[in-house]
Amino acid sequence: MTNFRASTLQRARWIIWSVFALTLLLAPLVFSGNLGITILCQIGIAIIACLSYNILLGQGGMLSFGHAVYSGLGAFVAMHALNAFTGGKPSALLVMLLPLVGGLAGLFFAVLLGYVTTKKSGTTFAMITLGIGELVFAMSLMVPEFFGGEGGISGNRMTEPLLGITFGPQRQVYYLIAVYTFLSVVTMYAFTRTPLGRMLNAVRDNPERVEFVGYNAQRIRYMAFIVAGFFAGISGGLAALNFEIVTAEVVGAARSGSYLLFTFLGGATFFFGPIIGAVLMVLAFVLFSELTKAWLLYLGLIFMFMVMYAPGGIASLIMMNVRVAAYGRLRGLLPQYLLLAVTALIALLGLSALTEMVYHRQLDGATGATLNFLGMALDDGNATHWLSALAVAVLGVGLFEWVRRGFAQRWHVVQEYVEQQELKKREHAV
Amino acid sequence: MTHALQLKNLRKSFGKTEIIRGVDLAVQPGERVAVIGPNGAGKSTLFNLISGRFAPSSGEIWLGQHRIDGKKPYEINRMGLSRSFQITNIFPKLSVFENLRCGVLWSLGYRYTFLKFLANLTDANARAEELMRMIHLEHKHDVLAVNLTYAEQRALEIGVTIAGGAGVVLLDEPTAGMSRSETAHFIDLIREVTVGKTLLTVEHDMGVVFGLADKIAVVVYGEVLAFDTPEAVRANPRVQEAYLGSHVAESQAAGH
Repeated sequence: MTNFRASTLQRARWIIWSVFALTLLLAPLVFSGNLGITILCQIGIAIIACLSYNILLGQGGMLSFGHAVYSGLGAFVAMHALNAFTGGKPSALLVMLLPLVGGLAGLFFAVLLGYVTTKKSGTTFAMITLGIGELVFAMSLMVPEFFGGEGGISGNRMTEPLLGITFGPQRQVYYLIAVYTFLSVVTMYAFTRTPLGRMLNAVRDNPERVEFVGYNAQRIRYMAFIVAGFFAGISGGLAALNFEIVTAEVVGAARSGSYLLFTFLGGATFFFGPIIGAVLMVLAFVLFSELTKAWLLYLGLIFMFMVMYAPGGIASLIMMNVRVAAYGRLRGLLPQYLLLAVTALIALLGLSALTEMVYHRQLDGATGATLNFLGMALDDGNATHWLSALAVAVLGVGLFEWVRRGFAQRWHVVQEYVEQQELKKREHAV
Repeated sequence: MTHALQLKNLRKSFGKTEIIRGVDLAVQPGERVAVIGPNGAGKSTLFNLISGRFAPSSGEIWLGQHRIDGKKPYEINRMGLSRSFQITNIFPKLSVFENLRCGVLWSLGYRYTFLKFLANLTDANARAEELMRMIHLEHKHDVLAVNLTYAEQRALEIGVTIAGGAGVVLLDEPTAGMSRSETAHFIDLIREVTVGKTLLTVEHDMGVVFGLADKIAVVVYGEVLAFDTPEAVRANPRVQEAYLGSHVAESQAAGH
């Protein structure tokens, strides 16, 4: 029976990894436009960065506010390495190995700075990471030779052709990124299944007890920090190749903050959570920011709601529903989900119309009083428009809350049913 | 002859308050020692000193041939001394099996490795399974520790403590908060899993103390008032006066 379970698990694992590899392989055929490839490249880089961050946050319980230091320094070192070899054109092989140079740089700085950082845990750890983040960002202004000052440093990734590969076309860079993404994700997943990876979970749960089963908790944190630094560096090296320019922002607090935010949003308690977070991060930065000037406001609100109502992130929402589905109870919830979605959409419509009108009035006054909102012409001087937007918002919020209460009750019943079934199953197993 | 554990003139002060005031104690290999004494006598502090949670202010602690006072908890653990906690101290978000495996890893030499898969560590996994059977939690293999009942958590606490195969085991109030019937079962469990080990335990239940221990150390106000066989301790007039008498009176008043 155990063997049977093990073999199905094994098979499921193979399927998941194959699907992941295929997705990476075929994605540029589906999203084949320039924008599509650009976004895919950034998603690959972000996946590595967010997963490496989650080694700290989700697996080790280390809330870092300065993870961009390691991805950023990795990017700078990789860029310097690229330029150092660009007497003529670099060889394609060098460019292929460049992300590893970034990784080693991230590892080096994690060894150097992580020793101090991981001496403490909890709030003190968070404060130290914040301090080191600021320190390195300040250095970027003090040492323009390395950081390139305001303009950053740029390079050229084009190589002598090797079997037709020059890394000129974005598509070729994408496949380099895809290979690194796949290998990094596999390796980081493997890490969670090693003694060090498991003891890191133990340190997260109870650092004191770890010391009474023979382990030095600080040493575990330090080693995990180094591993995280290495993968962060790889993502930095890839970013350097991708953008061909590295500026001081990449080590800054804003970048560190977005790693934290989107890793959390995706879900820090599951391995795949940060992957979802990374996809959302790139979509938010590239697409959503084009759509509206108020995108950071929306992002902040979404983050706030997630922290309050779904602290496990999107991954935990998915897994909760998968569990419900496994006991055949998801179908019954679907109408409720539909109602929730519709009412949420109405609320969102009203609220975002109001937000956009406020933004337009404050920021774009010069372009006239009307703004284009989803094809509608809204006039920020027209009281009727304000009132109708407000009415839609109030109606939407009211309806949503009404539906939500019904849903919460229903959800509670379903959860009780599922837990009962699980208990029965366990008793059968004995 | 080498003692399993020896304390020499051990002292510990917090600020100006001296909690442990010159404790001498020598425990022979394989002995079961119950440490008893009124609340605030310093029993838990004594355990914290021995296990390295606090460093003593002065005095010596010897574990076999090794002097261990001032060493870190993990160093002491590696030398073969392990302890449990009065307030359950396990890994709440790991399963029962994972809890036990975490207790096993170091002793089997896996240290900080990240080049081996846990699933392939046959010896560690077999040992964790065996421990799970010993503490009667084999049917809770994948249950998170936080979801166990209180008694099961206490059993897991003992399991994690003995997992590394330490020769000297300190149990700090293992039956705290348990009902009478649970306590009786639990004492059997402790006896089973500590066969051949040197055992020190803080315990309040006098029935348990006299049933389990080869020797009893009576700690009162930071000093060892008596250290002898249960019969001798029971007959000791100083102990009766200082502790047992009042304890019996208390128990009777409480209706036991």
